[in-house]
Amino acid sequence: MDFLNDLMTNPGITKAMWPATLETLQMVAISGIFTALIGLPLGILLLNTAKDGLTPNKTLNFVLSGIIVNITRSIPFAILMVSLIPFAKFIVGVSLGPVAASVSLTIGTIPFFARLVETALREVSTGKIDAALVMGSTKMQIIRKVLVPEAMPGIIAASTTTLVTLIGYSAMAGLVGGGGLGRLAYNYGFQRYEPAIMVVTIVIMVLMVQIVQIIGDRIARLVDHR
Amino acid sequence: MITVTDLRKEYRQGDRTVVALDGVSLHVDAGRIHGIIGHSGAGKSTLVRCLTLLDRPTSGSVAVNNKELANVSDADLRTARRRIGMVFQHANLLDSRTTAQNVAFPLELIGTPKAQIKAKVAELLELVGLSNFADAYPSQLSGGQRQRVGIARALCSDPDVLLCDEPTSALDPKTTDEILDLIKSVRDRLNLTVLIITHEMNVVKQACDSVSLLEAGRIVEHGDIAEVVADPTGRLSKALLPMPGELPNDLPAGTVLDLLYSGSQASEPVISSIARTFDVDVNVLAGSVEHLGIHQFAHLRIALPLGADIPAITAHLIANGVAVTAKEAK
Repeated sequence: MDFLNDLMTNPGITKAMWPATLETLQMVAISGIFTALIGLPLGILLLNTAKDGLTPNKTLNFVLSGIIVNITRSIPFAILMVSLIPFAKFIVGVSLGPVAASVSLTIGTIPFFARLVETALREVSTGKIDAALVMGSTKMQIIRKVLVPEAMPGIIAASTTTLVTLIGYSAMAGLVGGGGLGRLAYNYGFQRYEPAIMVVTIVIMVLMVQIVQIIGDRIARLVDHR
Repeated sequence: MITVTDLRKEYRQGDRTVVALDGVSLHVDAGRIHGIIGHSGAGKSTLVRCLTLLDRPTSGSVAVNNKELANVSDADLRTARRRIGMVFQHANLLDSRTTAQNVAFPLELIGTPKAQIKAKVAELLELVGLSNFADAYPSQLSGGQRQRVGIARALCSDPDVLLCDEPTSALDPKTTDEILDLIKSVRDRLNLTVLIITHEMNVVKQACDSVSLLEAGRIVEHGDIAEVVADPTGRLSKALLPMPGELPNDLPAGTVLDLLYSGSQASEPVISSIARTFDVDVNVLAGSVEHLGIHQFAHLRIALPLGADIPAITAHLIANGVAVTAKEAK
């Protein structure tokens, strides 16, 4: 009964839980939107500058794929985030809080998403691209009317995976000043050893991931006519 | 009509140069269906890619209606490509689009007004017999239906030439017949020039007016079906009108003749005329009689007994327009 009582009365839950959830949602939303805006074109570039792409460009592909994407992806996220704090301050003016954390979250997630998008686009058969070329498509038309629509189920799946990853990363961001559920779980749940807070935080995060996954799967099914 | 002149394509493979097309020339008149047949590795795919300029030929030219395609700039190439409608082995439809949207694709690319696209698409779906499937997605269609959509899409930009790359190789025999009939009827209605690239002799038999045999990047035999079949030494003739089986070992002593005749002779009683004129027994060992296009062809193997006047019989047959090849009985 103590545990239930604690759930209803603990100020960490009654007062801090809702704002923390909102902060987490804010981080995930901001970084999710920017990851999509930058990551999708980057994924398209990764595919099309490659040797067998529409506009092969060895140098650009090496810089994008070999340097930017691979190096960013090989740095553990916790370290990348801390090292990006000065950059976040430069971009948004503050180094603490969910908005600052969104900068590092975005930068950490873009290469991940871009790779997933590239893989999804690669699934589009060359026969379809050849057919579009023979019918007189420009390269831009091939990207807009063939590659992206045909890879849409894969791109939706990539977005779902990326959002789930972002929810996880956002909790980590909480540890280094990002706020949100991660900070709540760490400060109250770990440092003050309040199991009720830990449990509630975990439940909320699990629910978030489940909802994102269910919605993502449903959209993917809707756009999948294969 | 389409004219291909001395088309060459070389690939670099390490330090080696691979010649995929070694001077291919061909000409097809408007309203004719021409088959290009060859085994895998003969250069068929390379030829297709060069005809549509997905690959630039090393040298040579491709002209449709006397307009050169092979040496134009990239920007003109897109316009030039619309003169050739292409049908693919696996249809290559876009899975994210319905039948109607797939057919509309070529017109959508050039920004044709919606109402105009709608009318054209309806007309083409009617032509290929898929009016009821306008809103179906490719995954809901059978292989034959998908190929019909592919044909409608290829016709959407009113091309002069329909280029079919193995259009029936992924289809069962019944659907193959339907698709070939559709190609023929489309040709009749639109007076299209059609090129069918295939490895199936059956497709040539059923649909083509003329044929080229592609081998190791060269055209080694070509001509109207009637011409190539009538040449008993040609490989196309052997492939189009095969003689079933080898000579049996237990033949009675005598002479074996292979007869090849076409057109009107095929309906005349050549065999009984020999029997009557020369008073010999004629034994038919093997044979095939086929309609190829509008012509009828017969390829017969007959045995004549010892003592028959072979030179006179041969002369009689040749006088009747029959090509005769003598075989020694074992």
